[in-house]
Amino acid sequence: MNLTLQMWRQRNLSDEGGMVQYEISDVSPEMSFLEMLDILNESLIARGQEPVAFDDDCREGICGMCSLVINGIPHGPDSGTTVCQLHMRRFQDGDTIYIEPWRSRAFPVLRDLIVDRNAFDRIIQAGGYISVNTGGTPDANAIPVAKSEADLSMDAASCIGCGACVAACPNASAMLFVGAKVSQFRHLPQGHTERARRATRMVEQMDAEGFGNCTNHYECMAVCPKEIDVRVIAELNQEFLRTELTGSE
Amino acid sequence: MASAASATRSRAPSGPVKFLRSSIGAKSVMALTGLILTAFVFGHMVGNLQIFLGPEPINRYGHFLQSLGELLWLIRFVLLATLIVHIASAARLIVLNRRARPIAYVLDDSVQVTFAARTMPWTGMILLAFVVYHLAHFTLGTVQPELFSHHDELGRHDIYAMVVLGFQDWFVTAWYVVANALLALHLSHGVSSLFQSLGVTTPSLRWPLVDLAGPAVGTAVLIGNLAIPLASWLGLLELPYGAM
Ligand code: HEM
Ligand code: FES
Repeated sequence: MNLTLQMWRQRNLSDEGGMVQYEISDVSPEMSFLEMLDILNESLIARGQEPVAFDDDCREGICGMCSLVINGIPHGPDSGTTVCQLHMRRFQDGDTIYIEPWRSRAFPVLRDLIVDRNAFDRIIQAGGYISVNTGGTPDANAIPVAKSEADLSMDAASCIGCGACVAACPNASAMLFVGAKVSQFRHLPQGHTERARRATRMVEQMDAEGFGNCTNHYECMAVCPKEIDVRVIAELNQEFLRTELTGSE
Repeated sequence: MASAASATRSRAPSGPVKFLRSSIGAKSVMALTGLILTAFVFGHMVGNLQIFLGPEPINRYGHFLQSLGELLWLIRFVLLATLIVHIASAARLIVLNRRARPIAYVLDDSVQVTFAARTMPWTGMILLAFVVYHLAHFTLGTVQPELFSHHDELGRHDIYAMVVLGFQDWFVTAWYVVANALLALHLSHGVSSLFQSLGVTTPSLRWPLVDLAGPAVGTAVLIGNLAIPLASWLGLLELPYGAM
């Protein structure tokens, strides 16, 4: 099939950038979306032009590197998948496809479709960790954890930190991400040592990075490739309010 | 020892100011003030529906409220403060949220957001204009001053006459219809949203309870509030003695 691509091109952080149109032909429906971009880049290189820069790594939906907004929706039209898992059979001959980077003040565009997501790492550094003693390997299952709690923790821990929640949110809020990171520790005994200050510190960092805040539109949950539920945002609110209002530490 | 050290460290820069400045702190204040305002709107509606019982009960109710004296002023003060805090935190969060995405998408799409959620700042702003108008109309009497001076045979302020006659004007009635439709929209997102903002929503509570609470409260307020101007305008409420 033949497609028209409207892609964001931007040389570097300080370049203003803009949309550039490309025509691409003989795209096979079996190709993945990123393979289609590889083909485009090969043809750009053959013509002596700069290839389009985009992030990717595993191409199997687990690393969280790929990050494209396709026709206005982060990770494209399929729900519960990353863009590396999207295939060209979802498009039709003659389609025009808009491809843009994540848009957020906290995620500056470094080049073309690549954004700087270090803001997420700084939020994790602020409180998304647990303290453990080094030494001999502890016995497995030495600390009992209820199945229901383990499930809640593991569901939250499936977050791959791709940032699609920020890209989808009308306020560029990171609260699904931060909520997932708070929730995964909240339901496990190992997370309790830092529990009282975790949410406060992560929220402080989140605000300082310039992310917006939740107005409960739930777009984040709709685009999340791991389908993280917005209950983690309620848990984040709860954890934050508990510490702030009771002053407990 | 470690816990004592961390306790002093993280308590020091804390306090109400810091809490209100944080995004979640400001949002929780908005949810709480929104809840208080919603409770008021509900009570206000129930009180006013007494108009369907005739002139006597509604005028007695109005007289009772006036007789509260200083308590009435206290309630008014608390409500005004609540509204101001709600709007101030809304304004601040809206500014922060706009700033969080300085460059818009060329092609923007959404998957599931509702119209009500998207328009909260606009419905809120028009509501503010309506609150001012409504106070000028029935509390200060500056909109229709000729209707404000009626008294019933017991010498009480004749609220029944003021309301029923006031809504004979199609423009006044139309404005109340529009404003209450926007209020219903604001509440249909706001009431569902506040439980999430306060951190009490769980997946099993969310559907159907919390998700339906907003639309249910919005619809109830819409029907209850609009019954009065529409019934007056359609002549379903008997016009008082020798009026107009
Ligand atoms: C007068 C000007 C007003 C403005 C500018 C305003 C604005 C807003 C905004 C922007 C939100 C956030 C919506 C979101 O979560 O996306 C909100 C929430 C809310 N508003 Fe208002 N509002 C106003 C008046 C009112 C009134 C009169 C009521 C009550 C009848 C009310 C009840 C609520 C409720 C219950 C919420 C939900 C809080 C939450 O999301 O946690 N608002 N308002
Ligand atoms: S490239 Fe690893 S998740 Fe898409």
